[in-house]
Amino acid sequence: MTIDIKTATIQPRRQTYANVARRLGADRPASRYEESMFDLQATGAFHYRPTWAPEYDLFDASRTAIALEDWHVLRDPRQFYYGTYTIARARMMEATEKAFAYAEKRGRVSGVAEDWMTVLRHYLLPLRHYEWGANMNNCNITDIGFGSTITEATMFATMDRLGIAQVISRIGLLTDGGSGTSLTAAKQDWIEHPDWQGLRHAIEDLLVAPDWFEVFVAQNLVLDGFVYPLAYRAFDEAGQGHGGGAISPLTEFMLDWFDETSRWVDAVIGTAARENEANAGHLSRWTNDWAKRAREAVTPIARAVLGPAADATLDGIAADLAVRGRKLGLAV
Amino acid sequence: MNAMPPLQKQRKLSLKERYAHLTRDLGWETTYQPMDKVFPYVAYEGIKIHDWDAWEDPFRLTMDAYWKYQAEKERKLYAVIESFAQNNGHLNITDARYVNALKLFLTGVSPLEYSAHRGYAHVGRHFVGAGPRIACQMQAIDELRHAQTQIHTMSHYNKFFDGLHDARHMHDRVWYLSVPKSFFEDACTAGPFEFLTAISFSFEYVLTNLLFVPFMSGAAYNGDMATVTFGFSAQSDEARHMTLGLEIIKFMLEQDEGNVPIVQRWIDKWFWRGYRLLSLVSMMMDYMLPKRIMSWAESWEMYFEQAGDALFEDLSRYGIRKPKYHEVAAKEKHRLSHEVWSIFYNYTQAAAFHTWLPSEEEMTWLSAKYPDTFDKYYRPRFKAWSEMAAEGKRFYNQTLPQLCTTCQIPMGFTEPDDPTTICFRSAEYKGERYHFCSDGCKDIFCHEPEKYVQSWLPVHQIYMGNCGGAEVKDVLAWYHLNFGVDNFDYEGSPDQKLWDEWQAQKAANPV
Repeated sequence: MTIDIKTATIQPRRQTYANVARRLGADRPASRYEESMFDLQATGAFHYRPTWAPEYDLFDASRTAIALEDWHVLRDPRQFYYGTYTIARARMMEATEKAFAYAEKRGRVSGVAEDWMTVLRHYLLPLRHYEWGANMNNCNITDIGFGSTITEATMFATMDRLGIAQVISRIGLLTDGGSGTSLTAAKQDWIEHPDWQGLRHAIEDLLVAPDWFEVFVAQNLVLDGFVYPLAYRAFDEAGQGHGGGAISPLTEFMLDWFDETSRWVDAVIGTAARENEANAGHLSRWTNDWAKRAREAVTPIARAVLGPAADATLDGIAADLAVRGRKLGLAV
Repeated sequence: MNAMPPLQKQRKLSLKERYAHLTRDLGWETTYQPMDKVFPYVAYEGIKIHDWDAWEDPFRLTMDAYWKYQAEKERKLYAVIESFAQNNGHLNITDARYVNALKLFLTGVSPLEYSAHRGYAHVGRHFVGAGPRIACQMQAIDELRHAQTQIHTMSHYNKFFDGLHDARHMHDRVWYLSVPKSFFEDACTAGPFEFLTAISFSFEYVLTNLLFVPFMSGAAYNGDMATVTFGFSAQSDEARHMTLGLEIIKFMLEQDEGNVPIVQRWIDKWFWRGYRLLSLVSMMMDYMLPKRIMSWAESWEMYFEQAGDALFEDLSRYGIRKPKYHEVAAKEKHRLSHEVWSIFYNYTQAAAFHTWLPSEEEMTWLSAKYPDTFDKYYRPRFKAWSEMAAEGKRFYNQTLPQLCTTCQIPMGFTEPDDPTTICFRSAEYKGERYHFCSDGCKDIFCHEPEKYVQSWLPVHQIYMGNCGGAEVKDVLAWYHLNFGVDNFDYEGSPDQKLWDEWQAQKAANPV
């Protein structure tokens, strides 16, 4: 049985906005993602050149070597707009908060062997600065990227990276009794410790890299493609025998986030690569160059944590990334 | 690896210190790349910052809390939008004429929210201090929220009314929309400190109550549940943005005395630029809302003259005075909305919303609100136009107007001390003559002529053949404006016809 509520029916005169209908090929009902993401950015009739980059228009497709007929092909398979984005993250954070509450209730992270705690602080906490670099890189793409489709998603990524930096920092505060000493030490590691200099150097080079699509590939595909499996899978597994399992629920957020976000990163790069050979060439070159550099950058920390097993682990990660790249149509 | 001191002996962090660890301490001094290459844009405007750490975070919001609060607000807002659509909420508005205010909002204001999103992403990347950078990033994503929720809120109206169908396309092309567009592009193409003075301070802090709020109050007064719910939902975001605006101004002023004259000039410029933009709001408040909130003059008195007095008195300790030409705005407040509505009545054939002459009842309201000007200058004009229309000779202005090079509004404003004479100003630059609607706009041009000679002036562009053709119909087609549907008077429009049918249906339903 169904119930039948009588309402007045009024025929709509159109189903969606005209710019969306043009993109869908017909005036048919559109999703919220489609209505709120297409064509938000101005593409012409600019009034003034930016005083901070007078050689370009305010929004300018020529700020990258990648060329696309239509920049709105770079869609997000997660179909995030602000509402679905914040709701998805609030949900993920709920589970993380429970893990923090559980750990906090027990005073501090119990059961982690003291020597592993030292290792953990050394490999995990400096990553909050890596995340901050990733925040800046994605923010830069949101600034100078072209088309609202890619730049709205990089805006979400910008805030994600700040959020992850804060989750890492809270783990530090949990392990140092809320004093902040672990974070101060981690910052010093990031600035000075030889284990971290390769990665910091790579990040700083990306902060000044002119081509935003290269930054996208280097940061979101390649560097993350090394750092996440290494820190949150391999290092985490290595810690299980030392009571590191008590920390795992606190970094679950990062693993879930990485799996989810990789779908978007792959969609963007794959779509750009398929459009023309020149794109595929640039994307392949960037991926190869940065993969080499990323591996060198994380080798010291991998060796410090995993010892002799590090090289085999990195081989595995590099191979996974290559498989992923080839699936996207890259020559890697 | 650093040896950790024993945990038990450590002092717990205060909330402020804890927040600092979660935000500004994430940043570091780069060494593989020089800091001035990583942050290349903070010096060229002449603003001196000696200590970025002196920045006081105006609110302590971490991402976990941000996601949680914002998600909560989004869930509530979308539930209302959903229910509004399901129940044909558009039938409950006071009158279909009200929707023209929404048309002005969606084509004129929502694209600015998007521009603000990109502008804040720019400063959110480029400020040296990580503290202000995070505040700007949060505003960047908030502004994206506002653009997207406005589009979703009005999506239902677009299904039933004309003129809402292609907002972005129109914003980049239609003559009067170059007023808001050029305003925001002026800010976004400026350096990071001027951008924040323009948008965070002048626009958000000083003028929000005169721009955003009248549209939302208009929605509340006119039965538009969807839009007013959006307004309430954005309120706490706006409060954060206003706080940031005041904070950034104080930060610049406190950092170096040499910053004061630069900031003062920006306040002067962005006050005038913002005030000219608000003239569109003045006509919306006095003419386009079937049920009015208050008059333009009243809201100017309340939100600028009174609130602004207190603000600028507070800032006077830094050596900041009230913006130049605020007294001109005070003189114009009794005529602004009438002059602007008259321009749109003249050019109704080229507007993406409908116009009308005020009814007798509405004119009584206008007389009461503007006792010194309405009956003397504007009632006779409306009466003459209404007689012409009754004789079948509705008045249209067939010549394209001359535009002010700075604010891009047609030259229709009158002399500050003489409401019967159109105000013309001009200046020469590199052998060309440029025209302005006011001393305020002329000053802005003369300070940065190399910027404003670039203005994409819609009328010039039409004459240069860049807008689809030489005939009005060609230009309107290029605007994606449906001739005979989106434009002309409300009387006789498809909007009116449908609205009347819905009202008749409603009346015919048995109780």
